[in-house]
Amino acid sequence: MTNEELKIKFTELLPTASFEEGGEWVNVFISPQELKSFVLQIKKNEDLLFDYLFCLTCVDWKTHFNVVYHFSSTTYRHNFVLKVKIDRANPEIETVSDLWRTAEMLEREVYDLFGVKFLHHPDLRRLIMPDNWEGWPLRKDYEDVINMIKL
Amino acid sequence: MVEEIGTTAEGDLIINVGPQHPATHGVLHLVLTLSGETIKKVEPHLGYIHRSIEKMCESLTYRQFIYVTSRMDYLSSHINNHACALTVEKAMQIEVPQRAQYIRVIMDELTRIASHELWWGAMAMDLGAFTPFFHAFRERETITDIMEKTCGARLTMNYMVPGGVMVDLHPDFQKDVKSFIQLYKSKFEEYNELVTGNIIFQNRMKGIGVLSKEDAISYGCSGPVARASGVNCDIRKLYPYEIYSQLEFDEVLDTAGDSFARYMVRLKEMQQSIRIVEQLIDYIPEGEFQAKTKAVLKLPKGEFYQRVETARGELGVYIVSEGGTTPYRIKFRSPGFSNLSALEHMVKGLKIGDLVAAMGTLDLVIPDIDR
Amino acid sequence: MFSLEGITNMIHEWLNNHFNATIALLTEFVLVGVAAIALFAVLGLVLVWMERKVAAVMQIRLGPNRVGPKGIFQTTADTLKLIMKEGLTPDGADKFLFNLAPYIVMIVAMLILAPIAFAKNFQIWDINIGVLYLSAVSSLSVIGILMAGWASNNKYSLLGAMRSGAQIVSYELSAGLSVISIVIMTGSLSINDIILSQQDGWWIFKGHIPAIISFVIFMIAVTAETNRAPFDLAEAESELTAGFHTEYSGMKFALFFLAEYINIFIVCAIGATLFFGGWMPLHVGHWQSFNHVMDYIPSSVWFFGKTIGLIFLIMWFRWTFPRLRIDQLLNLEWKYLLPISMLNLILMTIVAIMGWHF
Repeated sequence: MTNEELKIKFTELLPTASFEEGGEWVNVFISPQELKSFVLQIKKNEDLLFDYLFCLTCVDWKTHFNVVYHFSSTTYRHNFVLKVKIDRANPEIETVSDLWRTAEMLEREVYDLFGVKFLHHPDLRRLIMPDNWEGWPLRKDYEDVINMIKL
Repeated sequence: MVEEIGTTAEGDLIINVGPQHPATHGVLHLVLTLSGETIKKVEPHLGYIHRSIEKMCESLTYRQFIYVTSRMDYLSSHINNHACALTVEKAMQIEVPQRAQYIRVIMDELTRIASHELWWGAMAMDLGAFTPFFHAFRERETITDIMEKTCGARLTMNYMVPGGVMVDLHPDFQKDVKSFIQLYKSKFEEYNELVTGNIIFQNRMKGIGVLSKEDAISYGCSGPVARASGVNCDIRKLYPYEIYSQLEFDEVLDTAGDSFARYMVRLKEMQQSIRIVEQLIDYIPEGEFQAKTKAVLKLPKGEFYQRVETARGELGVYIVSEGGTTPYRIKFRSPGFSNLSALEHMVKGLKIGDLVAAMGTLDLVIPDIDR
Repeated sequence: MFSLEGITNMIHEWLNNHFNATIALLTEFVLVGVAAIALFAVLGLVLVWMERKVAAVMQIRLGPNRVGPKGIFQTTADTLKLIMKEGLTPDGADKFLFNLAPYIVMIVAMLILAPIAFAKNFQIWDINIGVLYLSAVSSLSVIGILMAGWASNNKYSLLGAMRSGAQIVSYELSAGLSVISIVIMTGSLSINDIILSQQDGWWIFKGHIPAIISFVIFMIAVTAETNRAPFDLAEAESELTAGFHTEYSGMKFALFFLAEYINIFIVCAIGATLFFGGWMPLHVGHWQSFNHVMDYIPSSVWFFGKTIGLIFLIMWFRWTFPRLRIDQLLNLEWKYLLPISMLNLILMTIVAIMGWHF
């Protein structure tokens, strides 16, 4: 499906979804409460069949976080980007690891580097940093006197 | 290398594998839960070679961050640089000259062959056959010598820059690559005789570590791991970049999904890569090797994603730019990360010896996973 | 021509002329003991050097070539290093057994030397049950291995030792059956008789098909008995357990290491004796002149040549094949080799009774 058709389909599934213009693929913005039902629908819907989650990351915009999901379909070969805006002071969001197993490790990485809690994740703990590390390294306000050298 | 770190309530043993390995997998630390010789749980502990590349790139300009990325998956360093250069070119809509495109594709394919050679040698060594390692390195040395003459380096090349390639080809390049192609075709039969046809080897690989097609998609696997389970995921065919759409080569698929299938897929991929190099080597056009770009690159505001096919799978570069000279956020979608998450599913219920065989066929390079 | 029995006869006469019989005998005992130990030391050095050079040539590289011309003093240097290393005993280890284990393995290896005939009339002890003695004594080395694994107080040494023990005990059956099939043809267990019966041709040619099958099974079985690749799971590096000799360092490790190579020499010597005639030159039936020419080459040269050839074959295996998993290894023995060797034994008996051999 082309980008236009995807936009129409998404609005059909979730009328409150908003879109961002410009960019190679459709960028969809939804709120955290709608995440679980929306992703279930895009995976199961016959015309969409987004079964391949290939990137899960988070961007720190200083006032809020954006959790970014990149989906692709192995049958139709269309891609789109899903963005969820969450609160910076208390970042929490539902996990998608029961639908896409790859999200287990990807969400652990996001938790480790940004501090975003994924609710109902089977095993949420630090992945890359040592287990007793304090702080969330990839946040913009992360200070580390020993390891970070500012020029 | 192996020490007991505890016992669970049921009397299962918990042991460490790594992070120092005699086999060349890099610093991977696995915590196994064993019941006798059968594996019940595999838990990877990462982070031993985490260099915070993503955070570092937030303070490097778009010309500087290429150097850091060659160290991510160091066996396909050209392809890493290629991905970064392509993302910047896509964002700034720079047109890359034909000569540079040909050179980039030839270097990519040679890197793919070199990476698969090292994988093949290390895989055989893990299983106890020590000799193929030397045969593999004999071919790999020829390729790195060719690269050294043009790029100046043997492992982390830093040759592809936004706009094209950094310097022009060495005058001997065409002659060297052609003699390599002849050498390679004659040696490839040795590989099948020495390792593939060996009955001991086949018994250790067939039926081990089976990954079904649905699981491969669900775990986000890409590259030869997914192709051996029947998933069509060769980025060079699905979302072609550079001149791949004009080339003739096959996407190698297999349906068995076990270790032997992954092994055969990689061997056949080496042959396809040689086929691509053969098609291109005589027809490199004259012209510019680098497009004219400004000295300081500033990407427009927005988000850009580019994917390429490295020797391990799909590498994705995701740049979020605020219009400045450095990226606001950069994320590297690494193929090894997702392939590793499928490991536990593949080896549950098998023996320790099978873990070694299955892990070898996943072709993990840990700096790629940890970044 | 040069012959080793000339030297022994000379020494024997000299001693008996100058001393009384008992003292001469005792002196001979001491001399033989010293010669056996010296042979061990030299063999150990030579075989390790040979392995490294053979490995290098098969892997398109050079191997040791700095220490001495063509690297022949490399092993001496390695042995000196091992002697000077600290011999560490782990904390909870059973001290007596831990120290005893390497010596048991070495002593067993030396005991097996006794019936082997190195040259014509150059045998330490021509016992009339030579082959049976060899089988029985070589089974004792399993005790040394299990002792080493148990006394190390390390779960993974124990695992490795148990795997190794299971492997050795299983493959002894096939090796023993192959040996028996040659004994059937010869009609005697004594080593000297076996060699003399090959006066008109080696058993591997005279016994045609059953002897060749026996030989192949014998080579596979002894590779597994000496824990060599492709059956070296118990000491493999890229598997998890480092084997029964993990906790050993310094001189004790050197003893295990040397004992492994001596074992290879011994089993190849047995193979050469049974199938290729030991020190008997290549004779073809009753071709008198050909046999006479072959006799000019000294018998010790024949013996060592054949043994080194078989050792080369075993080393060739190591650098070519990948490793077998433990269950595949035991499967191979119990489901394939043992039935085949039993059938081969029956076949050989029929051939012997009907006289269908050359």
